[in-house]
Order: sequence, then C-alpha cells, then structure tokens
Amino acid sequence: MSASLRDPSLSVPAKPPRGDRAGSLGLARNLGLVIALIILCVVGVVSAGDRFASTDNLLTILRLAAVIGVVSIGMTFVITGGGIDLSVGAIVALASVWATTTGTQAMADDIGWVAMVFSAIVVGAVCGTINGVLVAYGRVVPFIATLAMLASARGLAEIIADRKTQIIRNQGFLDFFGAEPLGIPVIVLIFAAVTLAGWFLLNRTTFGRRTFAVGGNPEAARLAGIRVQRHTVYLYALLGATCGIAAVMIMSRTTTGTSTHGNLYELDAIAAVVIGGTLLSGGRGTIVGTLFGVLIFTTLTNVFTLNNLSTSAQAVAKGVIIVIAVLLQQRIANRKT
Amino acid sequence: MSTTHPRRRRALATVGAFAAATLVLGACTNGSGDDNDTSEAISKSNTDNDKSGDKVVIGFSAPAADHGWMGSISKSAIAQAKKYDDVDLKVAEGTNDVNLQISQVETFINDKVDAIVLLPFDGAAMTPVARKAMDAGITVINVDREFDSPFAARTTVLGDNYGMGVSAGTFVCDDAAGKKGLKVAEIAGIDSLPLTQERSKGFADALKSCGLKVDNRVAAEFTVESGERAASNLLQAAPKIDYLWNHDDDQGVGVLAAVKNAGRDEFTMIGGAGSANVMRDIKADNSVLKATVVYPSTQAADGIKLARLLVQGKSMSDLAEIEVPRQLKLSAPVVTKENVDTYLPSAFES
Repeated sequence: MSASLRDPSLSVPAKPPRGDRAGSLGLARNLGLVIALIILCVVGVVSAGDRFASTDNLLTILRLAAVIGVVSIGMTFVITGGGIDLSVGAIVALASVWATTTGTQAMADDIGWVAMVFSAIVVGAVCGTINGVLVAYGRVVPFIATLAMLASARGLAEIIADRKTQIIRNQGFLDFFGAEPLGIPVIVLIFAAVTLAGWFLLNRTTFGRRTFAVGGNPEAARLAGIRVQRHTVYLYALLGATCGIAAVMIMSRTTTGTSTHGNLYELDAIAAVVIGGTLLSGGRGTIVGTLFGVLIFTTLTNVFTLNNLSTSAQAVAKGVIIVIAVLLQQRIANRKT
Repeated sequence: MSTTHPRRRRALATVGAFAAATLVLGACTNGSGDDNDTSEAISKSNTDNDKSGDKVVIGFSAPAADHGWMGSISKSAIAQAKKYDDVDLKVAEGTNDVNLQISQVETFINDKVDAIVLLPFDGAAMTPVARKAMDAGITVINVDREFDSPFAARTTVLGDNYGMGVSAGTFVCDDAAGKKGLKVAEIAGIDSLPLTQERSKGFADALKSCGLKVDNRVAAEFTVESGERAASNLLQAAPKIDYLWNHDDDQGVGVLAAVKNAGRDEFTMIGGAGSANVMRDIKADNSVLKATVVYPSTQAADGIKLARLLVQGKSMSDLAEIEVPRQLKLSAPVVTKENVDTYLPSAFES
C-alpha cells in the first residue's frame, strides 16, 4: 500500500484526469450499452431459445447490422465534428444506382467489378464533399444543406434509374461479396474492418483529435491552428465514402441498385450514434458506442421478428430506447460539469 | 418540478392516469373492431382440402402497410391462417427497407419454416434471398410483385394490371353503347410505375375497340391528397366529361372530394382496386361513382392457402392437374350496383 502511494505513476495528482476520462468514456457509458445488449440477448434466448442463440441467427443479425453500421461509423465522425447529415440514405441510393447503370456494368465487364465498387465510393464521397463545402464554406446550416442533398440525390437516382430496379449481371461482383470465408460473410468482415479503421482514425490519429476539437469548440480549434473549414469538408466526404461502401453492401445483398435503397437510413444511423453516447452537439464521440448502438437496434429487430411481434411495436420500442439513452446521456453530462 | 404545489401535482397525476387509461382503452377497442371486419371475408373451399393435415409453418413478410390496400394484404393473410388449425403463421410484416426484409427472410430460413409467403417491397431486390430459401428446400410463394428469376419461387400470385384497364375500358364501351364523340378522362396512379403504365395501356386498348380514346389524363400518387389535387386540375381543364376512370380507390377519396367541391355530376366515374368505401358508395348509388375494378387485396391470403396445399402435397381440387400451378393471375372484375354484394365482404377498408 505505502509502496504504491510512493509510486510516481499512481500518484494522486496524475490519476484523476486519466481515471475520469476512462470512467466516463470507456466504462460508465459503454457499460450501460453492454448491459442493454446483454438484456436484449437474454430476452432473445428466453423467448426464442436456440433459434436466437444459433450461429446462423448471429450472422443474420450481423449482416443486417453491416449496412447501417458502416453508415453509422461515418455518421459518428460528422456528429462528433459538430455536424449532422440527413442525406445518407439518399446517397446510398444514388451510389447504388450509379454503380449499376449499364455504362458502369459494361466498364465492370472490361476491367473487373472493382469499377462498380470504385464508382459507388466515389459517388458517395463526391456527394459528401458537396455537403461539406456547402456547410463549411457556404455557411449553410448542416440540417438544411444535407436536407437539400437528401431531396436532390434521391431525385437524381430516380432520374438515372428511370425509377426502375437495375439488376447486377456481373457474376464476379456477386461471387466476391456474397462469399463467406471461414463461415463469415464478406460484408460482415467489411463492417468489422470499417469499424476498426474508424476507431483508429478517431482515437489514435491527429485527424481524430482535430475532429474532437472542431466539434467541441470550432473557434478554439481555429485559434489552435486547425483549418476548421477544410476539416469539416473531410468529415462529410468521409461519411459520403462510407455511404458508398454501404451501397456496395446493399447491392451485394439484393443484386440490384435502385432509387428506393437506403430509405430512412439517416434516422437509423443518427439514432445508433446518439444512443452510443456521441453528443449531438459535437465534441464527444465514440466508435465503440456507435457499434453497440447499431447492434442493440438490429438485435432488437431480430428478437421482435423471432417472436412474431409487429414492426409497429418495434418502432415504439426503438423510440423509447432513444429517449432513455438521451436522458441517461444528459445525466452523465450534468454529473461531469 | 420541486416548485409545484403537492395538491396540484396530485391533480396532474390523476388527469394523466385518466388520459393514459383512455388511450389504452381506445387502442384496444380499435384493434378488436378491425378483427371483425376481415373475418367475414375469409372463405374456405368446399372440398376436403380444408381438413386438418400435417402441421405447416409459414413465414409471411410484406411491405409497410402505408395505404389501405397494403394494410388489407397483411390483415387478410393473418385472418386466413387463423382459419386453419394446422397452420402456424410467423408474421414479419411491414417494412419498406429491403435490407430488413432480407434479414426477415433469412430468419425464416434459419427457423426452417416449411413455406414463405413473400410480397416483396422490390421484386428484383428480394430475388437472391428468395432463391436461397428455395435452395434450402423451403416452398416460396411470391405475391403481387414478381421476382426476376423463375428459380426463386414455386408459385406466383399476381393481380392483373393490364386486365384492370381492359375491364374499366370495356365497362365504358358497354355503357356508351356505340355513342360517338364522348369525352373520357383518366386519373392514373404513380406514372413511372410499370403497373400504372399497364393499367393505362389496357384502358386505351379497350376504348380503341369501340372508337373512344382518353381525352384528358393526369397522374396522382395513390394518396388522398394527391388525388384531390390531380382531380381539381383535371376538372378545371375539362369543362365536360362523360366518363372518368380513377386507378386507385385510396386516392379516389380525394378525387371524389374534388368532384363534390367543383359541383360536377355530369359524368360516370369508375374506381380501381375495390375499397369497401367505394363499394358502399356504389351500393348507395348517390354519387357519380357507378363502378370499380377489383385488384384483389386477398392475394397474400391466397398465397397462404397455396403454401399450405403445396407443403401438404395436396392439389387444387377443382383442377384436373395434380400439381399446384406455377402462376396464378387473379381476375379484375367490374363491380357495379348489381353485383356489389358479392364483392363487398372481401373489399378492403381504406
């Protein structure tokens, strides 16, 4: 005891800031989410037994989570950076349509299916960049700028696809993304990779630290030498690119691209990010929390489906969970100040 | 909160409790009322096919019930399943998100159900997962919106959109009885949908056979509000009309409102889809609405019946054929005052 007190690394003045941060970001907030997920799983096992606890069902949950999960990871960055993006669903639709036009598919036949993946991600990133430029340089409120993108991207998708469903004929694309190496679907692996990359980017790089600074106090960030406007554009472009990845996933799941893909994804993504513990006002965000947020919603959906409960009741449950999460979040925030 | 007077707080709580109780009661009465509506509509066949057989587990999934017709699809399917004590229906109803609908079907596959009755939000997008189910040995019944692969479903139940247009056009021709120079107007649904294009084509083709054509055509969006808007414009544009065909009875509520507002009654109106509302109007015979063309909302209920037959290895008793057919296209009959009583029980509430 007395020895540890004299240990400089555990000395009293050094410990509180570090312990406090670990307590609020790591444990206190995520603990609630872990408990919520465990409760949901217990409910699943009790109500559906082996049907819930099987490997097949676990993969069904993860495949469902993958598409919205990738968008939510991108959304975590934008919200942490003090913004919001309502256009993600529309961007997913536009990217899926663009990547499945006869032109793109002809290109894919010549140079491989990478062309389709590439065009989906580029279309997403370009839409994101437009959002970012409007917000950062055009000084349009994020809510309005991305609302405009929501309308126009889906409209453009409808025009390009002529409101028809475009079917993917490139077998290489379908084979690659439909594969299940070691029993794990490729899109789940991509989701894992995006989550890891997002965690690293937000918590271990300068880019991540700048994101927190820009979201917490843009003026202070500017004075500290961060190019706030440019960084904001990067954040929206990043989210746009993750929408492109989500578009590729939905394309592989449905073998189609249409303007109706990604309907209302903005709400699911924002909900997952917020119940994960990322502050809507910016400055604080957690990838792990977002991951749990996505898993909680998709597990909830799965448990409801397994038990024959209606989608309407599920929507009510979702709403209740969001409110409880935000109330908890406020209490944690109040306790901290 | 802490400043609120205790007595006032108690009063507030009492009011709150009453409000909650009323809401709950209201919700309950509403629910039970709906059940009564559909029960009459469900028929059993008059053969021994309905005798209790092997247990059949059927998974059912459909898009969100965002208009009357779609709501009735789920309701009548559930009511149909309840008629059989050997059918265990698992309902994963109501989503317009294909990603979610795919995972619902995946859950059915994991559960090893015997059959899946699927009304896809998008036929092409749901094809791969339906095929996966077929490969897993599950009987898939495709309803209303067709898959793009014949391997993805054992049997497909479809409405007849082109036939709807033909029925409406033929009714106009019969009613006009050879008169020339009559003005025909059309209020279509969402114009870019293939189903709308087919309906319009059928209507035009049938009119052509008696020398008539569509003089005024506008498109609405299947909603009451869009129907009112489209009809007001149309009535403004056409000072005199003899016949008006409206593609959809859900949007027809708005169309009729516009007709009443404009004070017009010189024409005969024909509806589409066949809602109970419209059939009651036809029966009462007190508006311009004289007929409607049915687009059956019992398609999924038929899907349930067929799934049960297929899994139990029975045949359709009134056909000589042993196997259940690959595709059923349902008829689009015209409902008028004369035969409305036949169709009213199976009509949907919009």
